[in-house]
Amino acid sequence: MHPAIPILAIGALIAWIEDAPAPAVREQVVLLPDTDGRVGQVTVTTPSATATLDRAYAVAEVLSDGQVVSGVASSAESVRQRFAATLAAQPPQPVSFNVFFVFDKDELTPESTAQFERIKAELVSRPAPEIVVIGHTDRVGALEYNDALSLKRAEMVRLALAQAGIAHAQMEVAGRGEREPVVATADEVAEPRNRRVEITVR
Amino acid sequence: MMQSWMTITLVLACGASWAAQPAGVVKIAKGSVAIERASETRTPTPGDRVEAGDRIVTGKDGQVGITLRDNTLLSAGPNSVLVLDQFAFDSTTHAGVIDASVRRGTLAVVSGKIARQAPESVRFRTPNAMLGVRGTSFVIDAGQEAP
Repeated sequence: MHPAIPILAIGALIAWIEDAPAPAVREQVVLLPDTDGRVGQVTVTTPSATATLDRAYAVAEVLSDGQVVSGVASSAESVRQRFAATLAAQPPQPVSFNVFFVFDKDELTPESTAQFERIKAELVSRPAPEIVVIGHTDRVGALEYNDALSLKRAEMVRLALAQAGIAHAQMEVAGRGEREPVVATADEVAEPRNRRVEITVR
Repeated sequence: MMQSWMTITLVLACGASWAAQPAGVVKIAKGSVAIERASETRTPTPGDRVEAGDRIVTGKDGQVGITLRDNTLLSAGPNSVLVLDQFAFDSTTHAGVIDASVRRGTLAVVSGKIARQAPESVRFRTPNAMLGVRGTSFVIDAGQEAP
């Protein structure tokens, strides 16, 4: 075969690729770092392709031919600017306060009630604020028992908030039982730091 | 028999408490924003409820921010259409589901408690793609033309 033929063929192929209309970018997804700086993961999937984003400001572009191309945005600032109107409407991050009971009593510790002022300040600073009061227990006792106990403690904190003048229409009470300890322990271990009620303002 | 009655009572009680809690609450609404529910369209103000099935539409100067019950933060920019197809959240177990579509425009998301507990139960869709989420924050531009 003449050596020029394959070269011509490649040249024609390159010309064809260059002439073919490039698939248009239909959609974009950009991964942002969390407020604490950590970066999670998003997968973008079409019927014909998938891309995983796991770096801050990684971008996936969904093309008109169904392919997904990933890269990284030129700068954090370019993303913030482009999505400025969208990010400006983001509601404030919820904030949580932990309160504790005096050992063996239905009474909150003085440090706990001292936080009520900060809760009031949060309520004033937020648009359409809601309060969620979530009870937690340690791992002593059965799961169902702790569910009921945590809900009862959360109800008590709701009353305490109401007595402090934080009677709020948008107040939800939840009992998370022993599922979310702040200090990991084996089952049936008493741990006072896990016997808490979390007050979330959002 | 006793047990089955207890189960029914429990299911009814849970159903009632879920019905009492909205899927989310509008926190920010600026410019032209509409929420379409069943055959009604309303202009939301901060504090209004968002329910599963709601279609949220912003105009060219519209912005809306919503906090879902599991602490997921959603915000849509101008010229956007967001549909909250499904939402459920159990505040005791953190089991639940989020299924939302950006049909047009832009959406910013900070994932919440369901994504932490059961990431496979959280889905965001665009006209051409599906997003899976592992505890994070991201923005979507779904463009202005649905396929």
